[in-house]
Amino acid sequence: MKQSIKVTNLHKSYGKVKVLKGVNFKVEKGTILALLGPNGAGKTTTVRILSTLLSYDKGKVQVNGFDVKQDADKVRSVIGLTGQAAAVDELLTGRENLVMMGRLYRLTSASAKQRAEELLKDFDLVDAADRPAKTYSGGMRRRLDLAVSLIAAPPLIFLDEPTTGLDPRSRKAMWKIIENLVKEGTTILLTTQYLEEADQLADNIIVIDGGKVIAEGTAKQLKSKIGKDRLELGFASNKVFQQAKKAIKNQGVDTNDKELLLSIPVKNSSRDVRDILDKLEKEKITVDNIAIHKPTLDDVFLSVTGKEDK
Amino acid sequence: MASKELEFIKTNKTGLAFRDTLIMIKRSSRHILRNIDQLLGTFFQPIMFLVLFAAVFGGAIELALPEGVSYLSFLMAGIIVQTLAFGSTTTAVAISNDLQKGIVDRFRSLPMNNLAVITGHVVSDVFRNSISTAVMIVVGLIIGFRPQADFLGWIAIIGILLLFTLAFSWLMAIMGVIAKSVEAVQWLTFIIIFPLTFASSAFVPTDGMPRALKAFAENQPITQVIEAIRALFLDFPTENYIWTAVAWCIAAIVVAVPIAAYVYRKKSA
Repeated sequence: MKQSIKVTNLHKSYGKVKVLKGVNFKVEKGTILALLGPNGAGKTTTVRILSTLLSYDKGKVQVNGFDVKQDADKVRSVIGLTGQAAAVDELLTGRENLVMMGRLYRLTSASAKQRAEELLKDFDLVDAADRPAKTYSGGMRRRLDLAVSLIAAPPLIFLDEPTTGLDPRSRKAMWKIIENLVKEGTTILLTTQYLEEADQLADNIIVIDGGKVIAEGTAKQLKSKIGKDRLELGFASNKVFQQAKKAIKNQGVDTNDKELLLSIPVKNSSRDVRDILDKLEKEKITVDNIAIHKPTLDDVFLSVTGKEDK
Repeated sequence: MASKELEFIKTNKTGLAFRDTLIMIKRSSRHILRNIDQLLGTFFQPIMFLVLFAAVFGGAIELALPEGVSYLSFLMAGIIVQTLAFGSTTTAVAISNDLQKGIVDRFRSLPMNNLAVITGHVVSDVFRNSISTAVMIVVGLIIGFRPQADFLGWIAIIGILLLFTLAFSWLMAIMGVIAKSVEAVQWLTFIIIFPLTFASSAFVPTDGMPRALKAFAENQPITQVIEAIRALFLDFPTENYIWTAVAWCIAAIVVAVPIAAYVYRKKSA
């Protein structure tokens, strides 16, 4: 069985509101899939269905070969879930949280304790291990929450917006942890609204909006789908800018009259760029600044979710 | 990351459910010990009630009591039962808290017995209520309460009180699940428990109540429990009170447990 997750034609409504309208995707074992989408796209609903917390109306959902409806308990023993709200017991200490959850995963007490010590060390929580979780900072809480979901070393982890609300350093630390998990063979399904995060971590990305998958592929594939590199030229005065506008007749040029910027799509970067610059040189138009703009996932996101009309 | 092989428990479903319940009882009991404010309330509120009621109402109500029965002796059973009833709302608050804070989602994503979450709160609440009761009896003894119960009588008293608090905690567990917030739990449980405990024989003999109220007060379950405990304390004839009290409590448990389990499962699915 190569697939860790297989979702086929998944539908879910809350009353009359259709949240998922036929979602399909697969996650290969040992890979990270990022579920990318704006607020309300159906990301959390999808994760809740996959982790047996929510029923669904139509479709088929398999996790590690088990059907989430028929074999919920089997699914639960192979998954770890880190939700949006850090679900740790605030009155218990970090160590107590880990041991308790470990035992509830059916670990023996000895195994739960030994594993708790490992995770406290790995997640830099040893010093705080005997303090109640309510005294933890946001970053520590998230780390504890993630540690808790790893206590029984499940082969599949769901991370629902694992870095939302974290400061940049804690976010980087979280990424490092996630990368290490994958190195050890864990399969991860991650939801995020941060394109940078998906770009950084994920093998595959699914863009979901309005309850449907609207784009999928690797970060590279998605970017190339959107297009080309762009050459951005800035000019010192409106006069020069107008001259340049006249001189450049390439297709798909974007102009920004306020900032005196020209954005020109370029195919074969080095030659196209040279041609454009040569032309301007010939007409004695001075370019103030030059930048090559690579397409980011933001561009992908905006273009496929239709939030920006081109 | 997992260096050594992890070992998993292998036993049957009932064994696992029992183990889960023990784990959750341990969790909820730790909550009780660490929630200092609540713990102080557990000690001082019953003392305050006992002393105030005895001092304020004692002189007036003693006139309506049989010869030789002090108001304190009369009051003890009532105030213990009232304290247990109010104390059991802690179960509702704890469950509501778990639901609000999202930790229930964590529990539901684990391969554990889900009712154990509620059972843990109920059982640890029985512990906490036992402490309250012991405190009240000790304070009562200090200010002049002289129970006449023999050894068997005490066994019966403890048994009925345990059964009562268990039954009430299970009923409150349902409130905890269905209420939308902790605040809602507080007023919901209050408007149920306050009339039930006051329209009873807890604080005054029912003889002086208006007819309809008297009929209700004398026949409602809390009065059965209070009268059973009171008769045992004072070594009065217990009539049918013990059996009606036990029957009410068992009936409440039999009804409340499956309902609590059902609404809990429905709540977040």
